[in-house]
Amino acid sequence: MSLLEINTLSKTFAAPGGPVHALSNVSLDVQTGECLAVVGESGSGKTTLANMLLGILAPSSGSILFEGAQLPVKRTATHRRAIQLVQQNPLSSLNPKRSVGASIRLGLDTYGIGDKAARWSAVEAALEEVGLPSDMRKRAPGGLSGGQRQRVGIARALVCDPRLIVLDEPTSALDVLVQARVLRLLNDLRQSKGLTYIFITHDLAVVRNVADRVAVFKSGKLIELGPTQAIFDSPKDPYTRALIGAVPVVDGSELKLRDTLAQGAGGA
Amino acid sequence: MSRILDIVDLKLGFKGYAGLTEVLHGMSLHINAGERVALVGESGSGKSVTARIILGLLQETRTARIAGKVSFDGHDISTMSGSQRAALRGTEMSMIFQDPTSALNPVFTIGRQFTEVLRRRVPGMSNETATAKAAQLLADVSIPDPSRVLQSYAFQLSGGMNQRVMIAMALSNRPKLLLADEPGTALDVTVQAQTLTLMRDLVTDHGTSVLLISHNLGVVREFADRIYVVYRGRIVESGPTKSIFGKPGHAYTRALLSAVPRITGAGLPEVPEISDDFLAPMVTHEAVS
Repeated sequence: MSLLEINTLSKTFAAPGGPVHALSNVSLDVQTGECLAVVGESGSGKTTLANMLLGILAPSSGSILFEGAQLPVKRTATHRRAIQLVQQNPLSSLNPKRSVGASIRLGLDTYGIGDKAARWSAVEAALEEVGLPSDMRKRAPGGLSGGQRQRVGIARALVCDPRLIVLDEPTSALDVLVQARVLRLLNDLRQSKGLTYIFITHDLAVVRNVADRVAVFKSGKLIELGPTQAIFDSPKDPYTRALIGAVPVVDGSELKLRDTLAQGAGGA
Repeated sequence: MSRILDIVDLKLGFKGYAGLTEVLHGMSLHINAGERVALVGESGSGKSVTARIILGLLQETRTARIAGKVSFDGHDISTMSGSQRAALRGTEMSMIFQDPTSALNPVFTIGRQFTEVLRRRVPGMSNETATAKAAQLLADVSIPDPSRVLQSYAFQLSGGMNQRVMIAMALSNRPKLLLADEPGTALDVTVQAQTLTLMRDLVTDHGTSVLLISHNLGVVREFADRIYVVYRGRIVESGPTKSIFGKPGHAYTRALLSAVPRITGAGLPEVPEISDDFLAPMVTHEAVS
């Protein structure tokens, strides 16, 4: 059984110039323990999909099944705990007036999990899981580096013991050395805790190295879906080729792959 | 070859309640006429403040303590008055910012902002002439309907379109030096690639020198002739792009390069922890003559 099944999901927004179809008839499934990358450019519908998975937006049509049961429009605490989010900008996603520990604990407070002592020990355990010292809970987010803040964001998701984490561009605001460490942490956590990820990004090089499968979105439509290697070795859609072909690369073997794809795009 | 920009032993600190915070520790770099040079490094390494000193903006900041020599086209800008430095901006040197939509003024049309830039070079330029010239320059950056764009506000245009407007504006007065601070970082990957190609072609046509500031090694590799790698306010490695990417000599440069995920799928890189090696003396690659 799939952890997540999305069936003919659509979202339309009313706008002065006529309805905007942010997502049109998207169907896909996500297996337990899998990392599915959702890629595409601005306006492709990636964030609309994430918002519907998290219950922030209600679908216009279609359904989302989580562990075999349909997710209601108004989510219960159980559902909200099970599907967590890690956001793009680790500074603006943390309340500057709350300590790191209070931010992480908020989910436990909201869902009424454990007593006060149990909540603090869960916060400290989550901090240690992401490689931060447990006494960091007393600090303010403003005093942390970008990498530390993103680790706090991950700890905040982990503390609720989720089954699925939606990672919305989790490393795009980070420097390259910090990005590499956070990606490795996310990979290790997925394996050790059996987590499932929906990894939203526009960085194809990151996708190549972290995802099991890739879903390519364009203008609200799912245009290509497949195992990561197949997508990179022989992308079917010209848009997927263009996306891979536009990635700035740093070594010769990458350049060769990119040029091969560009030639393929030219012939497509 | 003549040097458009020559920075010698540039030091910068900010005076605060806790004393002086040193940011740049004696940076030296130069850019030859028509050369595309990149300053690459992580957040807080001192890339953007260097650009702000070149533009003469940080000199106006009361808490900034600047030492060293910055020569632009043979003139020492540290001895110039504020108004002399201001006169260089938008005429002899210009800048492209990371996020074009927020860099453009949201309450003025593109046309109004464009003609203001053109009048920095030719103060009395008539509205008709300025509008016609702006439309021609927008057409040069492949904007399909220039007259509509000139009447639009930045928020009515896409990020890619705004970045083209910024490029057209920055190059409109044929500056000798273009500072490009993370151009394209806020754009989608296909738009970023188009933008960089466009910018490269235009600066080649105009003979403009460029200082590209970026943390994206892939972008730097595709755009720059020569690179300076900066770490914590110090240049740790410099040389021709091909040479640095082919044989990085400094531990920090090697760490940066190893941390970049590859589209060929070599797996997640093992990243070395920050070490004292990152502060090792500068490595210089000889230019290939």
